[in-house]
Amino acid sequence: MKIAIASGKGGTGKTFVSTNLFWTAQHFGIPTTLIDCDAEEPNVREFLDGEEQLVEHVYQNVPHIDPEKCTFCGKCAEYCNYNAILFLPENRFIKVLSDLCHDCGACSYACEYEAVIEQKKQIGTVKIFDFDGFSHIIESRSEVGVYSPVSVIKKAIKEADPQHLILLDTPPGISCPFVATVEQADFIILVAEPTPFGLHDLKLSVSTLRQLQKPFGVIVNKSGLGNRAVYQWLDENKIPLLLEIPFDKDIARTYSEGKILSQENEAYRKIFQQVLNIMMHTHWS
Amino acid sequence: MKIAISSEGNTLSSKIDPHFGRCPYFAFYDTETGNTAFLINPAKEVTSGAGPAAVQFIASKKVEKVLSGEFGLKIRSLLESLNIEMQHEHDKTISEIIEQFKNQ
Repeated sequence: MKIAIASGKGGTGKTFVSTNLFWTAQHFGIPTTLIDCDAEEPNVREFLDGEEQLVEHVYQNVPHIDPEKCTFCGKCAEYCNYNAILFLPENRFIKVLSDLCHDCGACSYACEYEAVIEQKKQIGTVKIFDFDGFSHIIESRSEVGVYSPVSVIKKAIKEADPQHLILLDTPPGISCPFVATVEQADFIILVAEPTPFGLHDLKLSVSTLRQLQKPFGVIVNKSGLGNRAVYQWLDENKIPLLLEIPFDKDIARTYSEGKILSQENEAYRKIFQQVLNIMMHTHWS
Repeated sequence: MKIAISSEGNTLSSKIDPHFGRCPYFAFYDTETGNTAFLINPAKEVTSGAGPAAVQFIASKKVEKVLSGEFGLKIRSLLESLNIEMQHEHDKTISEIIEQFKNQ
């Protein structure tokens, strides 16, 4: 079973919830893999250590145009949907702008003169860590300046043992990296803040998940902050509230020290265990 | 010499547009004939790569100089490799800019 922990707004507590669910699940003997899918800014390993087992590089193809073979017909530039080939026939000027390339392959398909050569460019790394002999942590990390981390995220998710409980720490927002992660999940936990900004972004995430027809529930983090509008909205829209985590200095201190709340505090360990039970029950029923 | 100016509108009283890639129009001025033409920027609504597409458009009109509020990093190196000179201008109308070239 795959559970994605996501939120529209950044800083609501996705990694806090993911790392605590991971620690709790493995503590109770469930073989678990936590995948840090936030490839543009992975931080799960700030909280959870492990022994590096495997490093895999992720590449994309970037076209290179052979000046000997190119006839300056311009078909490659015409086929490119991303303006990644700058072509000026009168100047006999053609140039690939690799930052804009999406690796769709249309230019090499278009070229009739075999002048488009695909070259490999590293866009990211996937690392697998052994946590305790049974559970794993997988980190996706894209290179700086890469247009889209989606293929790095997909590779990381593919590496997980399908027999495990798989937790996906999802990138913030609702764009491609978010969709690429949640579309792989059986259930999504949205972590929301009870503030006007939190509610605004929660609505965006919910409408995206509804389009994807994915089951989801909400954890309200930092409860006590802001107002009751998030709760009213959840109620009106019949969205299950899985858990409330109070806005508490001790929790913030534990997190800022890089510690896992569930490991430090038995009461919270039980609470996170209940959340796991609810989701696994929802899935099996 | 032909010059291109990023423009907010399609008249001489329009102001220079501060953005190069997604400006609605380009004003093309020919210093030899004194003619001015306003053309829609075909790159203004593309999803990605507006800058390079706008470079392609103005380069195809054989301009030697381009005026705008800003040029992005990638655009600067592209324009340099095409020997198109860049000049920064702000807040002026297209006719005010053209006057500067007439007085040179």
